[in-house]
Amino acid sequence: MERLTIAQALREGIREEMRRDERVFCIGEDIGVTKGFGGAFTVTLGLSDEFGHERILDTPISETGLVGAAIGAAMMGLRPIADVQYSDFLFCAMDQVINQAPKMRYMSGGKITVPMVLRAPVGATQRGAQHAQSVESYFFHCPGWKIACPSNAYDAKGLLKTAVRDDNPVFIFEHKKLYGAKGIRKVSGSIDASSDIPAEEYLIPFGQAKILREGKDVTILATLRMVYESLRAAEELASKKGISAEVIDPRTLIPFDYDTLYLSVKKTGRLVIVHEDTMTGGWGAEIAARVSADIFDCLDAPVTRVCAPDTPAPFSTPLEEFFVPDKEKIKEAVLKKA
Amino acid sequence: MPENKNIIDTLPGDAAKAMYRAMVTIRQFEDTVYYMFLEGKLPGTVHLYQGQEAVAAGVCANLRKEDVIFSTHRADGHAIAKGVSLNACMAELFGRVTGCCKGKGGAMHLGDIDAGMPPAVAIVGGGLPMAAGCGLAFKYRKQDNVSIAFFGDGAANEGAFHETLNMAAVWKLPVIFVCENNLYGASTHVSKVMKVENVADRASAYGIPGVTVDGNNVFEVYRAAGEAVQRARMGGGPTLLECKTYRRGGHSRGDSNLYRDKKEEAEWLAKDPLVLVREKLVTGGIITEEEIKNIEEQVKAEIEKAVKFAEESPFPAKEEIFKDFWAD
Repeated sequence: MERLTIAQALREGIREEMRRDERVFCIGEDIGVTKGFGGAFTVTLGLSDEFGHERILDTPISETGLVGAAIGAAMMGLRPIADVQYSDFLFCAMDQVINQAPKMRYMSGGKITVPMVLRAPVGATQRGAQHAQSVESYFFHCPGWKIACPSNAYDAKGLLKTAVRDDNPVFIFEHKKLYGAKGIRKVSGSIDASSDIPAEEYLIPFGQAKILREGKDVTILATLRMVYESLRAAEELASKKGISAEVIDPRTLIPFDYDTLYLSVKKTGRLVIVHEDTMTGGWGAEIAARVSADIFDCLDAPVTRVCAPDTPAPFSTPLEEFFVPDKEKIKEAVLKKA
Repeated sequence: MPENKNIIDTLPGDAAKAMYRAMVTIRQFEDTVYYMFLEGKLPGTVHLYQGQEAVAAGVCANLRKEDVIFSTHRADGHAIAKGVSLNACMAELFGRVTGCCKGKGGAMHLGDIDAGMPPAVAIVGGGLPMAAGCGLAFKYRKQDNVSIAFFGDGAANEGAFHETLNMAAVWKLPVIFVCENNLYGASTHVSKVMKVENVADRASAYGIPGVTVDGNNVFEVYRAAGEAVQRARMGGGPTLLECKTYRRGGHSRGDSNLYRDKKEEAEWLAKDPLVLVREKLVTGGIITEEEIKNIEEQVKAEIEKAVKFAEESPFPAKEEIFKDFWAD
């Protein structure tokens, strides 16, 4: 058992998978440069010492090129772990991400597989509108990708290893404030998302939500950094208002564990969905629609969302703090419904 | 353009005949497809390859089954030249379950990975990065296979072209970038959207060889592609091979080419690659008139068989929509 940050846990997960399977390799910008960064948030730091620069492959600043190269290599049977430095940069590669990776298998009548992982950091961290987005919902809408969103180191390692072994394209969205990156790549305002990591190998199956706190009055569904804001809100609701909130982290958005969510909502009768992404058309809207359609009779109040407002992410500290949902907004949403 | 008067002498007769057969097959296949399209038998649209047959045939004659090609919306010439079954191609155009993509691809996504051709990529320039990734996989595994990216002059102005050629160059990937410069991106003449005379001139920007050949001369294409393929197999990295050619038909269905200069059109149509290859093969003594007739009749029978196969094949059942999606 060892205490690891998300960045360290992902690194160990990548290391184990690369040792296990020679087809696994990493491809991205600044990931393997000797004496370099180890990726934008240190996840691949030191891996090129063990695996060499052919398996920790640094690319030109060419997101279309590197994502497409990962897809092509995956189609030929390799198992690339590609990454972009900020998820905002995925939009440079949208043709490859949307038109190619998730459609190749289908268009081939099932003959081709695209077993690739695409890692992308999300979340607002005082870098302005183009390095701040939580982009999960853009890809949640696109059939063909699986989506994992680990909120702690234990989940990060287990989900990454599952992603590498999955024969489909898999996104892993990682939150910049949860990495626990150190040194010059440290992010201010970081939240401790470290976990005790077992020495023995483990994998976390996709589509299995985790109930992080049990409760009976209201269900709060949250991912990534919002998990922590939701847990804080739940603590204060319990201690100050006597409201018992159940907090659920779905861990993967695709596949989504509706069973666990529905069981919880059947018990509590109330649902608050929290995501850092902007509200309109966000993944929370889909969950709300499904809950309303499938278990409407169990609801005692309308499903509510706590999300970023429909604006670009602002830079100025007080504006950004207002932009990102926090425990106060979550408490407010719960109290309005309770 | 390189002098090639002796190419026929050095070319194995079987390779020449195979290329000729591939070209005839593409021409006849598309004659049939276009006719059926006008009759309303085929759904969607068509992007005919006629006039460019020498490129697919000349490049693919250098390839092994395990080499991989990436194609475009104008896909059937490449599919036929790489050896995707005619029956499966035709059935795909009809949207039948026996098609090479089980009816889930269609005319713009023909391909069969078992023949070394993933579904064609119908986003202009979209196939290039994946072709590089395929080359990367060959290099990673130390296989001496090559990856071919076919694309048009239009794609040479896409960002994906620039990113991919640069990346393939710095990694010395076994990829041949085959630009079929048919002078038009849809209706726009290449001179209006490109300041350099040849797409291949851009190769110097990436530090790789760039070669321009007459894309209507299958022997020239064959030789230039052969050199590029050989270099790539030996670890010498990518080549940008530009084949100047011309569409005999429109960009897609119902395009009567009103925007094309009539003199330009007449000059190019007079250089029909099928006529050129036939003349050279006959005068070079590689093939007799009788053999040509035999090939043409055999191909005709194959295509009739493919049409029959396609028409008699069932459409996919509705449940098929959910199949071949997740790989689990």
